[in-house]
Amino acid sequence: MDSIGVLMACPMSSYLEQELEKRFHLFKFWQVTQKPQFLKEHSGSIRAVVGNAMAGADAELIEALPKLEIVASYSVGLDKVDLGKCREKGIRVTNTPDVLTEDVADLAIGLCLAVLRRICASDKYVRSGKWKKGDFKLTTKFTGKTVGIIGLGRIGTAVAKRAEAFDCPISYYSRTMKPDCKYKYYPSVVELASNCHILIVACPLTLETHHIINREVIDALGPKGVLINIGRGPHVDEPELVSALVEGRLGGAGLDVFEQEPEVPEELFGLENVVLLPHVGSGTVETRNAMADLVIGNLEAHFMNKPLLTPVV
Amino acid sequence: MASHPHHDGAPPPLHRRPPPRVLLLRHPPHFTLLNRPLPDNFHFLKPWESSLPLHDFLSSADARSAEAILTSGGAPVTADMLRRLPEVRLVVTTSAGLNHIDLAECRRRGIAIASAGDVYSEEVADLAVGLLIDVLRKVSAGDRYVRQGLWSSEGDFAHGSKLGGKRAGVVGLGRIGLEVAKRLEAFGCAVLYNSRKKKPVLYPFYSDVRELATNCDVLVICCGLNEQTHHMINREVLLALGKGGVIVNIGRGSIIDEKDMVQLLVQGELGGAGLDVFENEPNVPEELLALDNVVLSPHTAVFTAESLSDLCDLVVGNLEAFFSDKPLLSPVLEE
Repeated sequence: MDSIGVLMACPMSSYLEQELEKRFHLFKFWQVTQKPQFLKEHSGSIRAVVGNAMAGADAELIEALPKLEIVASYSVGLDKVDLGKCREKGIRVTNTPDVLTEDVADLAIGLCLAVLRRICASDKYVRSGKWKKGDFKLTTKFTGKTVGIIGLGRIGTAVAKRAEAFDCPISYYSRTMKPDCKYKYYPSVVELASNCHILIVACPLTLETHHIINREVIDALGPKGVLINIGRGPHVDEPELVSALVEGRLGGAGLDVFEQEPEVPEELFGLENVVLLPHVGSGTVETRNAMADLVIGNLEAHFMNKPLLTPVV
Repeated sequence: MASHPHHDGAPPPLHRRPPPRVLLLRHPPHFTLLNRPLPDNFHFLKPWESSLPLHDFLSSADARSAEAILTSGGAPVTADMLRRLPEVRLVVTTSAGLNHIDLAECRRRGIAIASAGDVYSEEVADLAVGLLIDVLRKVSAGDRYVRQGLWSSEGDFAHGSKLGGKRAGVVGLGRIGLEVAKRLEAFGCAVLYNSRKKKPVLYPFYSDVRELATNCDVLVICCGLNEQTHHMINREVLLALGKGGVIVNIGRGSIIDEKDMVQLLVQGELGGAGLDVFENEPNVPEELLALDNVVLSPHTAVFTAESLSDLCDLVVGNLEAFFSDKPLLSPVLEE
C-alpha cells in the first residue's frame, strides 16, 4: 500500500503521521511551498486526504485531486470538508465520532465549573500572592443551575447526562424536537437562551448554524448568563460576544474554540469571568490515539475494499 | 429530636424571654459578605469591641452571661473557654468541619452543637470535581497558555488525560464524599472509597487508605480533620497513588502531609494536585507556584453567594429553634 499517496492537510498528530508513513506515501501539505505546482505534480498518486478541525478538503483541493477517493478527518466535525462536492464525485468521507464524545462533554462541564467558580482566576490569585492579603470573592454555585444545550447529538446528550448529576434542569434546542426525550425543548435558540443560566453549544457547524449565537441570543442570555462553546468558533459572532463580555452584558464565557484559531481576541485576556482554551476538547492522550487509530482503520478498510468504520459519505 | 437536655430551670421559649445572649468569637463574614444584618432577636456579645483581650473578656460578667457561642472562620471553642462560660448550652459553627471545637468537652457538659450541616455539600463537591477536571485536562494551564499568546507562537498545547474510566478513590464518604461520588460516576469514573466505617453503598470499600491509593488513579479527600486523619495522606499513600496519580483536597490541609506531597510533586513522583486547602493558610508552599500540574484554590469551596445565604438562614434557624425549645435544624450527633 505504500505507493498510495495520502495528503495530510496540516500538522495534527505525530503518532498519526508515523502510522500513515508506515502504510502509505505521506505528503505533508504544510511543508509544501509551491502548492499549485505540487498538486499538479502529485495529483496522479494522491488518493486520500487526511484533515482535521483546522483544514480539510474544500472544493478547490478536491478539484485538484482527480484521483481522490477518500477524505478521512481527524475530527468529528466536518465543516472543513465540502461534503456536497464529495457526494457529487463519489468520494468517501469518514470522521471520528464516539471516541471523543466523553472528553468533549467532560470539558464542557469543566468549563462551566471553571467559569462559575472562577477556578482559573482563583489559581492566578494564589500564584500572584494575593491570598496573603485577603480572601477571594464570592462565586456562583453550579449545582442546580439551568443548562440549555444547542444540539442534542452524541456530545449534547453526554453533556446533559453529566449536568444532571449536578441536579441541573436541562433544556435544549435542536432542528427538530426529539421524541421520548425527558429534557425540555425550545423551538428557537433565543427562547432557549432566555430560559437558561448556562448555554452550551454542541451542534455541528453548517451554513444554518453559522453565527447561531448572535447579538439577540447573547442579550437573551443576559448579564448573569454564561456561554460555553465546545463546538466551532464560527458558531458565535465573535465581535458581538467580545463586546458583550467587555461591557458586562453577558455574565461569562468558557470558550474552547474561536473564529480564527489560534488567534484569540485580546480584549478577553483581562477578563476574570472568561476561560480560554486552545481547542483541547478532544485533547487527551487516550482520545487522540483512538482518533488516529480510527483514521488509519478507515483508510485501511477503504484500500482493502472492506466496509468503512465510521463513514459519513 | 431535641438535642439539648431537658431539665428543670430550662429557659422559656424565644418569644417569652429576653433576647438570648450569644457570644460571637468573630463577626461571621458570611453575613457581612451578603450585607445581611445579624438577627435582632438575639443579643450578640462582641469581644473585639471590648478593650480587653479575649482571655480577659471571657472572665467578664458580660461574657459569663452567654448562653450560646457562634464560631466562624475556625475560631476555636476550647475546654477552657467552656469552663469559663457556665451558661453556654449551645455551640453553633458556620463550618461543616468540627476540628476547632472540643467535642468531648461539649458532650461532657451536655452542650448541643449545630454545624453547617448539608448546606455546603453540593458546593464543595462541585469544586472538587472542577479541580479534578482542571488538573487532568489542564484547564488553568491552558487558559494561561492562551493568555500569554503561546497558542499563536508555540502551536498546539499539550495533551491532558481522560477522566472517563479513571478509578476515583473518595476518602471519607460522608455528605460531601457521596455528592462527589455521584458526580464522578456521571463522568464514567469507577468510584472506590475509604471511610471510618463501611457504608450501605455499592462502591467497593477499602479499610486502608494506602490500599485504596494503590487501586486508584485519583484520590479525592472529603473527610474531616481529627487525630486519626491528621497526615493520613503521607508519602507512602502518595507513592501508592503513583506517578500518574492525581490528588484533590477539599477537606483540611493537614489531612495531607504537605511537605511529602510537595516533594513528590516536584520530583515527578505524583502526577498532579488540585488543592483548596493547605496546612498553613493563606501560605502556599513556594514550590507549588512553579508547577503547571497543580491547581491552587484559596479555600473557596463554600464561598458562593447561594451557599452563604443558605448558611445564614441555617445559623439563624438553629439559634431560633434552640431557644424556642425546638429541635436543632442541623445538630451534630454523637457517632
